[in-house]
Amino acid sequence: MKQARFEQQYRPEWQALERQLEQLESLHVSKKNKLTLDTFVTDYRKLCHQLALARERGYSVQLQQFLNNLVLRAHRQLYRYNPSLADRIGTFIASGFPQAVRRQWRWHLVSALAFVLSMALVWVLVQQQPEMIYTVVDEASIANLESMYQPENQADMKNERSGDDDVMMFGHYIQNNIGIAFRTFASGLLLGVGALVVMLFNGSFFGAAAGHLINVGAQEPFFTFVIAHGAPELTAIVLAGGAGLRLGWAIIAPGPWSRLDALRLAARDALPTMYGVFALLLLAAFIEAFWSPRDLAPTIKYSVGAACWGLLYLYLLFGGRDGTRKG
Amino acid sequence: MLIDERLEVETPEGAMLSLSVAGPVPRALAYAIDLAIRLVIYGALASVFAALGKAGMGLLLIMAFVLEWFYPTLFEAFRHGQTPGKKAMGLVVVHANGSPLSFNGSLIRNLLRTADAFPLFYLLGFICTLISPRYQRLGDMAANTLVVHIEETPQIQEQAQGDTLAPDWSLSRDDQLALLAFHERHDRFSEARQQELAQLAYPELTPALALQRLNAVSRYLVQGPT
Repeated sequence: MKQARFEQQYRPEWQALERQLEQLESLHVSKKNKLTLDTFVTDYRKLCHQLALARERGYSVQLQQFLNNLVLRAHRQLYRYNPSLADRIGTFIASGFPQAVRRQWRWHLVSALAFVLSMALVWVLVQQQPEMIYTVVDEASIANLESMYQPENQADMKNERSGDDDVMMFGHYIQNNIGIAFRTFASGLLLGVGALVVMLFNGSFFGAAAGHLINVGAQEPFFTFVIAHGAPELTAIVLAGGAGLRLGWAIIAPGPWSRLDALRLAARDALPTMYGVFALLLLAAFIEAFWSPRDLAPTIKYSVGAACWGLLYLYLLFGGRDGTRKG
Repeated sequence: MLIDERLEVETPEGAMLSLSVAGPVPRALAYAIDLAIRLVIYGALASVFAALGKAGMGLLLIMAFVLEWFYPTLFEAFRHGQTPGKKAMGLVVVHANGSPLSFNGSLIRNLLRTADAFPLFYLLGFICTLISPRYQRLGDMAANTLVVHIEETPQIQEQAQGDTLAPDWSLSRDDQLALLAFHERHDRFSEARQQELAQLAYPELTPALALQRLNAVSRYLVQGPT
């Protein structure tokens, strides 16, 4: 068949397919102009066939290009990703996230150990030798810490603090903490070094702050403030570090896969954890901005904080276990 | 459209798709456009939220977070793999098998931006795109995505009418493609250049006759005998 006849014969089909594609590609279509798409899949298969024919018969490059691009557009629409979002979020929270965390418990354990050990070490050092704080933390940060948690300053702060401040701090925690978590995850790709450094740094800083504030007698304002949101926040940072280490390890020791494939698998594996980290940090920011600064009796603060820790770890350890197979 | 940037992908239907992978320069330009758009949005929001005092400050920080981390993800996931900058540069992000970008794929490649930006100005990502045969940065490798050019779709021309003449030699496939390419593009050359090309096929004829003969033969290839 000559090219002209080929074009003449199939051009109406191509035009029909183009109209269907325009509808699929646009976000909104008025009901009146809506085409039925019953034939889209068969039309697409025919088009694939026609492209192959055009190539085999050596029709002009321009025609081949035209058909190739049409196939490409149709392919994009046919294999479009189209999930029902609410369902997926529901199952993710109910089982996907804790399962993903447990599946990678080794990485999270390493990440948690890096955090906890550096914290404990610096905490003990600073409490034993108070002047050690000046080698760990710079003076401006120390002054900042003291002004935030000194009992005499606390009273002023609480009186001045308004709803607007809460919203501002909420924004600050979201922007700052979630940004840190995402960066920690990504820096794990640099052979895991980035994620480990973030864990060690944050662990040391937290240990130093805790030790120093105990030394200056500000432990009650400090611990009543951090205990509740600390549960989701510290856990999320540790999980982001663990997910990052998973990426880095895929490059260091890819096992039976090529490094590229190992990285792909690791990223797919680690992504659910990052969704969870995002959710946990939103929760943490909410608690930190709207609950933690409330001036309540320490017993209430400590019990709510303990409940946060307990519930979170019950959820992570036992959520989504269906009893038939190991999560 | 350079030959060595072509990537052939087979679809489940057995059709071969040919994609044109985008290099670092158009991608950097697209990034610059996106950055400018983000800064303008941020500036506009800042002036609006400034009126709202501290609560506005909080909202502004949230918006800054969203712009930094989710601007590319949301656009790529819900606007067919294109941020406005990529759209302006005619680029689109797809999975390595040519299928459209999923939300997860977009999220992976954009979360890992930090690693690509290491240590400064996307140096690591730039080196990776140069090493990778498919111009992938680290985030692309992890998400198994490609950034490709959107090609202009040529319009199919109406066929010119005229005499047709069967070729007087047995035609190979390459001959046929060359003649068809000549048929489609000869309008773009001057008359003299067309004659010069035609004489390569018919050195024994005068330039004008050679061109007439070549046009007739190429029309025959398109339309068949009349």
